[in-house]
Amino acid sequence: MSTASYTYAVARPFNPTQAAGLVGVDGAAIHLVRHQDLVAVVSPLAPADADETALRARLETLAELEVIARAHHRVVAAVAACTPTLPFRLATVHRTDDRVAQLLRREYRRFRETLDRLAGRVEVGVKIYVQHAGAYAGAMAAAEKTGGSGSARAGRDYLRNRREQRDRRQHAWRRATTAAEEMDAVLAELAVDRRQHRTQSAELSAAPGENVFNAAYLVDAGRAEELTARAQRLGAENPHVTLEITGPWPPYSFAGSEEGT
Amino acid sequence: MMEQDLWHGRQGASPNLADILERVLDKGLIIAGDIKINLLDIELLTIKLRLLVASVDKAKAMGIDWWEHDPALSQPRPRQLAAENARLRKQIRALETATLETRR
Repeated sequence: MSTASYTYAVARPFNPTQAAGLVGVDGAAIHLVRHQDLVAVVSPLAPADADETALRARLETLAELEVIARAHHRVVAAVAACTPTLPFRLATVHRTDDRVAQLLRREYRRFRETLDRLAGRVEVGVKIYVQHAGAYAGAMAAAEKTGGSGSARAGRDYLRNRREQRDRRQHAWRRATTAAEEMDAVLAELAVDRRQHRTQSAELSAAPGENVFNAAYLVDAGRAEELTARAQRLGAENPHVTLEITGPWPPYSFAGSEEGT
Repeated sequence: MMEQDLWHGRQGASPNLADILERVLDKGLIIAGDIKINLLDIELLTIKLRLLVASVDKAKAMGIDWWEHDPALSQPRPRQLAAENARLRKQIRALETATLETRR
């Protein structure tokens, strides 16, 4: 069994000393595969992982997936810190470095164009949450106050409480969604491009409330602070929502070619 | 070193796993490699499309394989269902035949 070549990203050539000591998946050292003015950022994958079944099995284990995902991100982020970078999807694996070089030759124009679009730009993530804290607690308290007697009246009160609670929840959600749209419009003005992501699920996350909006903004690196500060201000001005701002990230969400959302 | 700080300083060395997975699994340029891992095919990752981004940290705290025990999330087993269907149909036919014969 032989090794394989795990590719993290394609980038403009950079001084390799800037990536000295950088390790990728399984702690393997990074090297560059070059074609004209493009480099692919690659590390060898151990023979045990260099086939589809083995790699799949690893990716299906959450703990392993986490290790690989973090290694992937570490490399992409480190490279993006020194040169324009086009991040690849996790688990892009070729048989050999020659195949990676072939890829660079075949897709040269597309990679160049995308790198031009991403050069000097970073991604900022903004998630907007609505609070439902206390909604259930309130209902439970009300139910306990009237409950226990088993009377029809207690039942009616309970149902009315539940209904009011549901209405409050819907109202809060609508208000937050409207606020999110307005904030999005403001932030999009500062950005070169934006992508909307799926909202992150509520019950399972330790997040501060229900996620009603999740997006990434592509900005000139010099304006990332400005967008972050603007987002923070928008969040502070609105008592009904909570904002979570992440990044700056390498421009993962903009690596695809489609413009806008 | 200043540039490194841009990435690692501001949001800490390890951003939220959910945010990382959202980007490395769902974004990033798709290149067909020689070793073809279609991430969407992977069982976990179909679950991920529902949960993904739900906090994986929380999922871990609940035990890494917790979704396997959740009927709402575990994979349906079409082959088993088909086998069971076939078995039930056969039983029905047998019962129908038996009923018809007793009527005669």
